[in-house]
Amino acid sequence: MALTRDDLKNLVMTYKKSLDAQKKKIFVCAGTGCVAVGSLHIYDEFIRLMKEKEISCEVKLEREPHDDSVGIKKSGCHGFCEMGPMVRIEPEGWMYIKVTPKDCAEIIEKSVAANQFIERLGYQKEGQVYPTQEEIPFYKHQTRLVLEHCGRMDATSIGEYLALGGYAAFEKALFDMSPDEVVAEIVASNLRGRGGGGFLAGRKWTQVRQQKEPIKYIVCNGDEGDPGAFMDGSIMEGDPHRMLEGMMIASIACGASEGYIYVRAEYPLSVSRLGMAISQARECGLLGKNILGSGHDFDIKICKGAGAFVCGEGSALTASIEGKRGMPRVKPPRTVEHGLFGKPTVLNNVETFANVPLIIQNGAKWYKSIGPEKSPGTKTFALTGNIGNTGLIEVPMGMTLRQVIFDIGGGISGGADFKAVQIGGPSGGCLTKDQLDLPLDFDSLKKAGAMIGSGGLVVMDENTCMVEVARFFMNFTKNESCGKCVPCREGTKRMLEILERIVAGQGEIEDLDMMLDLADTIKATALCGLGKTATSPVVGTIKNFRQEYEAHILEKRCPANVCQKLKRITIDKELCHGCSKCANSCPVGAITGKIKEPFVIDIEK
Amino acid sequence: MDDKLNFQELDEILEKYRYDSTQIIPILQDTQAKYRYLPKEAFTYLSEKLGMTVAKIYSVATFYENFSLQPKGKYVIRSCDGTACHVRKSLPILERMRSELGLSATKVTTDDLMFTVETVSCFGACGFGPVITVNDEVYPTMTPEKASELLVKLRGEF
Repeated sequence: MALTRDDLKNLVMTYKKSLDAQKKKIFVCAGTGCVAVGSLHIYDEFIRLMKEKEISCEVKLEREPHDDSVGIKKSGCHGFCEMGPMVRIEPEGWMYIKVTPKDCAEIIEKSVAANQFIERLGYQKEGQVYPTQEEIPFYKHQTRLVLEHCGRMDATSIGEYLALGGYAAFEKALFDMSPDEVVAEIVASNLRGRGGGGFLAGRKWTQVRQQKEPIKYIVCNGDEGDPGAFMDGSIMEGDPHRMLEGMMIASIACGASEGYIYVRAEYPLSVSRLGMAISQARECGLLGKNILGSGHDFDIKICKGAGAFVCGEGSALTASIEGKRGMPRVKPPRTVEHGLFGKPTVLNNVETFANVPLIIQNGAKWYKSIGPEKSPGTKTFALTGNIGNTGLIEVPMGMTLRQVIFDIGGGISGGADFKAVQIGGPSGGCLTKDQLDLPLDFDSLKKAGAMIGSGGLVVMDENTCMVEVARFFMNFTKNESCGKCVPCREGTKRMLEILERIVAGQGEIEDLDMMLDLADTIKATALCGLGKTATSPVVGTIKNFRQEYEAHILEKRCPANVCQKLKRITIDKELCHGCSKCANSCPVGAITGKIKEPFVIDIEK
Repeated sequence: MDDKLNFQELDEILEKYRYDSTQIIPILQDTQAKYRYLPKEAFTYLSEKLGMTVAKIYSVATFYENFSLQPKGKYVIRSCDGTACHVRKSLPILERMRSELGLSATKVTTDDLMFTVETVSCFGACGFGPVITVNDEVYPTMTPEKASELLVKLRGEF
């Protein structure tokens, strides 16, 4: 147990020695995605084989360094989810993809014992093999700062986090800086909340610091409910200490002695890793009373969500922690004055807190040198949908969509054309081909009628029906509306009804104006952010894909051929042998053609 | 399952949260973990012990999606309908499972209490979409055919 600053320094030294003694390290991805495709079996197989071959291996970082052993670690998400399960070998930085337990023996034999790269397990594209992670195009264009440890550290070990320089920023803030200096550094960094709105974190912290109330709270919003977004989950699983460290620094800055993490129940792995991290931090004296003899008290509790999207909203989230229905309330007063249990509360999301140690460690000036000045730093995105490289990425703010989708994401999967990208979840918008060169930052997206939101990027190809996508999001918000205010409860329901009519081929052209009218009203009158932005996907798709709506309404046709009720039957020319069976049985004689040549259907008949 | 409650188990849960009524959500979560749903009798018992009205507890239990007042099946299958899974055609999988089990959007549990089929908004395993989970174990890159095979397998295990 570390009790003083010096004790902590010694602890860091011993862990560092221990880690350095591991000449080889095997990182098996243990993120939600890779676990789903069996990565834990690979981990077990490695340990079994090492024991069988009597190779000295360590699964835990010991305080007593062992010479020349192999470290086997369950790491956080490597990010390149499409290629999972993934195994990284250090110090070489080799990355093996789609590994199965059968490959483990060969990896030990060649890569661990003989320092050889196994070509067949490496990432290959167009005949070229990319041995190291850094060379793979998916990683090459990224700047991984918040995610630097994800995939390169045992996510369950505080020892490794300490050995890699973790908690140094906390130590600095605790002993070498005054709370005012900490707040000033965050203000100077222009760090903007990564949860969606992009509100300046420094301003929030200043406001809470100024409150006279003696009890204050630090709350971390880990209720990442946006469908298609999993960045925060990956940070909580892959580098839980980084986020805790951010919260601890906030507690010094604002004078809070209690913190809460609100995590959605759909992330069981995050809940367990955070729980582990908190008890490890307590054991090392980093959480609790009189931390490292500084006189500062701070402890953190975890609250598991119970499945309500609206609880991502500040006032609903605090209500839920208090054991109430998670319904938003009228603001002001805002959370900074009247938050959890009525006390001033700093409420930031996971990624925002994870940025804090970097800023304290390297300074605001360094932070502002990354990305545009008004939206500095990096942003993590969950790249999903019809894209070649699905995964978790981190890029400097201001990178263009084109770079993200084509350079990092490898373009559209399956050879179809790019159609749109949905950004910012149910509150965001769709961006089209014309907007591919738009820089991704808070301000330019806002101008384009979209938002970064929590950072889900769902790429859609030409086989996606935009009207159906709008219906999908409206269905989601209708289901998730808490029901407290009429505009949201009734408005989303009526809009969904109209959209359902349109996809069923019963829409009328007046519906479009009606929906835009409704959207205006809901936006102007809804109580909380969920309601105010609920109509964004509809407004965005009407604006950018009006012709698709019109095709559904006027021509009773779904251009992407998705909507069931408007589906048209076609004959696949590649598969048709020209047997005439279909033509003979068609009651209206709509199918014609020559024997042994592909037949065609005349839809008009 | 029998509806008779083992109050001792509930006491243990209450003890863990020190009879603190602000902890009603985790208390209900632990209760549901024991019985796979929230039995009616639990409400009155918790109300007495926590000094909260039954209505208040009921209002919390009905607000959050993860709570169920109906018994759930032995296998709770959650089909992800997040955006990523949705554009990768998750709907046909859900439809296949519902039709094979005779379930619908309103009837989610089979009469023999074997299967419950629900949708969920996102698991964070988008790279392997479409995904479903069976009692929290994730099954990646599903297809309607794979889902049918899985149902057969699960039936065999019962």
